Amino acid sequence: MLRRWLKANGLLAPTGIWLGLFLIAPLVVVVEFSFATRDTGVARAVLPWTTQAYLTALDPAFLPIFGRTLAYAGATTVACLLLGFPLAWFISRHGGRYRTVLLAAVLIPFWSSYLARIYAWKALLDGEGLVNTVLGWVGLDRDGGFLLTHGAVVLGLTYGFLPFMVLPLYVACERFDFRLVEASYDLGHGRVSTFFRIVLPGVMSGVLAGSLLVLVPAAGDFVTPKLLGGVDQSTFGSVIDDQFRGGNNWPLGSAMAVLLLVLVVVVLVLRGRRGEDVL
Amino acid sequence: MNRRPWVLGTVAVLVFLFLYAPIAWLAVASFNSSRSLSRISGFSLQWYAELADDTRVFASLRLTLELALASAAIATVIGTLAAFGLRRAFPGRGLWTVLLSLPLVVPEVVMGVAMLGFFVKLAGVPLGFGALLFAHVAFSLSFVVVVVRSRVSGMDVRMEEAAADLGASPFTAFRTVTLPLVAPAVAAGAAFAFLLSFDDVVISSYLTGVGSTTLPVFVYAQASKRGISPEIVALSTLMVAATALLLVIGVVIASWRARRAGAAARLV
Repeated sequence: MLRRWLKANGLLAPTGIWLGLFLIAPLVVVVEFSFATRDTGVARAVLPWTTQAYLTALDPAFLPIFGRTLAYAGATTVACLLLGFPLAWFISRHGGRYRTVLLAAVLIPFWSSYLARIYAWKALLDGEGLVNTVLGWVGLDRDGGFLLTHGAVVLGLTYGFLPFMVLPLYVACERFDFRLVEASYDLGHGRVSTFFRIVLPGVMSGVLAGSLLVLVPAAGDFVTPKLLGGVDQSTFGSVIDDQFRGGNNWPLGSAMAVLLLVLVVVVLVLRGRRGEDVL
Repeated sequence: MNRRPWVLGTVAVLVFLFLYAPIAWLAVASFNSSRSLSRISGFSLQWYAELADDTRVFASLRLTLELALASAAIATVIGTLAAFGLRRAFPGRGLWTVLLSLPLVVPEVVMGVAMLGFFVKLAGVPLGFGALLFAHVAFSLSFVVVVVRSRVSGMDVRMEEAAADLGASPFTAFRTVTLPLVAPAVAAGAAFAFLLSFDDVVISSYLTGVGSTTLPVFVYAQASKRGISPEIVALSTLMVAATALLLVIGVVIASWRARRAGAAARLV
């Protein structure tokens, strides 16, 4: 038993050291900063300790930004599930010997520059863009196009995070015993009932893992809302970015980063042990 | 369940369409004769020509490739070890799983500002290649572990036991049995790590130093001033085409080997 423990920890040690030094330590520093007095950006965190940054971060003025961020992230997660599940199921069930190729095909677009892809959407959603033109044929076009709308932001985020949903869902589908579905039909259940009673519980670990990989990172994203959204599209992420990039207020930015970390912990705890085998 | 897979098939095709529409559009726009991405005015190769002459783009492309290769190599080696470490249950495995899931779920902006604060104010690591390498391994490591682990945990332990029973040393058993079995997952993990590093904007944007701008950061800085340059569109098109070509070659080789193996099996 002890030997096994030593062996496992020995194999994990390099990873542990790397993450400890370059991920955990920085996160601890962020927590430290969040309690610091506003500093000049040169020295280390400035004493005395204060909770001022948190009071500022929780100011009602930021409430619409929090709400918008969570709405974007939530809508993105739902959209990724709705698109990702049929795709993952189809590849796993009907992909045959082309499964690996199809799965790789999901990832190929992501070998192009992330920014180029967002700009491509920008062009497609433009007032004179392809989407608006095609919709114009059936009279569904919109004056000025779909750029700078909430829908454009959710679309861009969905596009960016879809692979992170498809991959865990695919793993879950691969482990799902499709004969259960036949059995359910044989026992007289319909499609809807079979889906909710058999399929969904069967792939739940993938749904949870995928949602986790999409929800929180989407809540932190600021490049997509900035490029595809309208005038006032500040999100949690962009506010944090502003505090650091402009050198404005590191303690406030840190406090907001800590609030996002709290969201991470809440989601991790809510998920509990379910889905752990996939992630 | 689907006796009518075409319903599902149609949805899958539509999702693929959604994934490829912007890429196809980029490819079209890369041959555009004007700077515009939204209006196609004529065919031209000028952006490819300008790309070929742009030394700044190539300098940062080179740096980005070196960084992606180095960080993918490190992440793949230590991540694969970790995946094997998690193979069997032991006290504390749950904690390791939580630690490893952190880089997957902590938003990039939080990791970026945290690393900036840490490197600049505490550790005294100068911004640039070193800081970027530390960071890129840290955020791509977990993806390697997840991919390799899913393969390792699905592996039949009896295969390795059989090798041991037949007299193979642990090292030989690992080299001849275990490694070939996990190799596809290790390769997938490495590709994933490479891709994550190669395309990272947010974290890198906090950590680049003078003269060590990665391509995505360079593009981001340029794009926020005057929109994306058509050269970058051309470069993106080339990269997707190259990846797709590699995939096709891989498929052809795999099916050729499968046919040969099938023919050999029939001979026996």
